Amino acid sequence: MSKYYQPEVETMSVEDIKALQSEKLVKQVKHVYENVKYYRDLMDEKGVTPDDIKSIDDLYKLPFLTKADLRDAYPYGLLGTDLKNCVRIQSTSGTTGRRVVAFYTQKDVDLWEECCARAIVAAGGTNGDVCQVAYGYGLFTGGPGLNGGSHKVGCLTLPMSSGNTERQIQFMQDLHSTIICCTPSYAAYIGETLKEMGLTPDDIDLKAGIFGAEPWTEEMRRDIEKSLGIKAYDIYGLTETSGPGVSFECEEQTGMHINEDHFLAEIIDPETGEVLPEGSKGELVFTSLDKEAFPLLRYRTRDICVLSRKKCSCGRTFIKMSKPMGRSDDMMIIRGVNVFPSQIETVLIKEGYSSNYLIEVDREHNTDTLDIYVELTPEQFSDTVKGISAREKSLAGAIKIMLGINPKVHLVAPKTITRSEGKAVRVVDKRKLHD
Amino acid sequence: MAVKQISVFIQNKKGRLAKVSRLLADNNIYIRALSIADTQDFGILRLICEDVENVNSVLKEAGYLTTITDVLVAAVKDDAGALAIIAEALRDADVSIEYVYELATVDNIVYLVVRVDDNKVAAAALAGAGIKTVGEDVIFKL
Ligand SMILES: [Zn+2]
Repeated sequence: MSKYYQPEVETMSVEDIKALQSEKLVKQVKHVYENVKYYRDLMDEKGVTPDDIKSIDDLYKLPFLTKADLRDAYPYGLLGTDLKNCVRIQSTSGTTGRRVVAFYTQKDVDLWEECCARAIVAAGGTNGDVCQVAYGYGLFTGGPGLNGGSHKVGCLTLPMSSGNTERQIQFMQDLHSTIICCTPSYAAYIGETLKEMGLTPDDIDLKAGIFGAEPWTEEMRRDIEKSLGIKAYDIYGLTETSGPGVSFECEEQTGMHINEDHFLAEIIDPETGEVLPEGSKGELVFTSLDKEAFPLLRYRTRDICVLSRKKCSCGRTFIKMSKPMGRSDDMMIIRGVNVFPSQIETVLIKEGYSSNYLIEVDREHNTDTLDIYVELTPEQFSDTVKGISAREKSLAGAIKIMLGINPKVHLVAPKTITRSEGKAVRVVDKRKLHD
Repeated sequence: MAVKQISVFIQNKKGRLAKVSRLLADNNIYIRALSIADTQDFGILRLICEDVENVNSVLKEAGYLTTITDVLVAAVKDDAGALAIIAEALRDADVSIEYVYELATVDNIVYLVVRVDDNKVAAAALAGAGIKTVGEDVIFKL
């Protein structure tokens, strides 16, 4: 089997990619203008017609779509085809407001699954592999997406869903799973459980993991790789744009190749909306190129990252996006400083703490307070209050160097911070309660 | 002559002490002495009991963070100056005391648990000042 799932597109020349994108964009804009009244109104308001879009160079003329638009248009307002052509919905958890429901035709599902298949092959997957899908199934896109991709590659697929970790490990051993797909925090938890069960990476056959759906750091990657004895690959996607597989990592592990035959990516200044040149850090914006049921033009993801077209050693020519450095809605402004939870996590792991933590932001006498709860490991517990207080102070100092503001660190007993089997809740912002 | 002490990390929340006490009781663990150091967030429960290894595994199995440390038990006459003569002897030997708590008072002798940074130097200093330190063979027969 090839090292690419679809070599003819994954390695096409940059000129050919751009030509293909231009051709598809013209069609997609027409499709949206004709079928999606919500977006047609936005275009009319801006005085843009489909005829103004002749190539990807005209993309900037189109209006943006935001998460707020998706909420306004809920549930059918952005539907691009008759409901009778749709075969599936997926949905966000709705934890940060009204949920988003995305629709799929059979073709949309196929293309999405192909994107996931490319990610699995890039992680070394072939039809000889046993792929354990431990993402949640159901409305969440993680399980269904990787499940479909795994089928397309021809792996023996274990549709485990998340949870019941000891059973996950048992299947892993009995059926010799070679690839695991789940959220990175769940992968870390599986690694921890493996150790608790008295097992080592040598007792399982995993070689690769495909992890996404939440932010994770390089340090966390190394931890997971060590605890499970695998190479860990990042995968990216949003329910709005189909699900995981919008972009995926190759063996170089230096960013995720965007499936550019289906998605056109831009980086903009989140404040002004201005398009920034390649290599700039800014908000990632996606335009779907061949979606039927839920086409989105210039959708603002709120993920902050960098795009790079630097030649990749894997041979793929698709542009790469960095791991999101934070989400504009995850970004907290504490005492006037921009803080991303991932920065705090980086320090915790570097200082030898568990990556299970909780950040609590509050306001006291008009000053923001930052409290960080971190679990102690058995090796770190000393008999004296002095010893623990010294640890708290030293960790607070390290975090202060990273953020520029002073947190209060609270070391807590192991397993007292709620574990996640899906997306981790790491930040509680109590300031909102006062506003 | 050191004595094994087991320390348990507990969250400073309602009911946590009751929970660990119940666990020890249900496992028929008799607590010879205990002390609690606490801050706003957490406490450290320190216990002297027989068969420390067993107690440790009971606590660990229940998910507690524990650590075993060697402490000294000093036996002095039970009067107003008891603590002072111990503290002075250790100060003179340049040994710093982390904490002290009472284990028992029997026959006009008070037995104090003393946690220091260096047990050897401390035991010698106490002996030099005429203060006896006793081992597990003594304390569990009190
Ligand atoms: Zn590559």
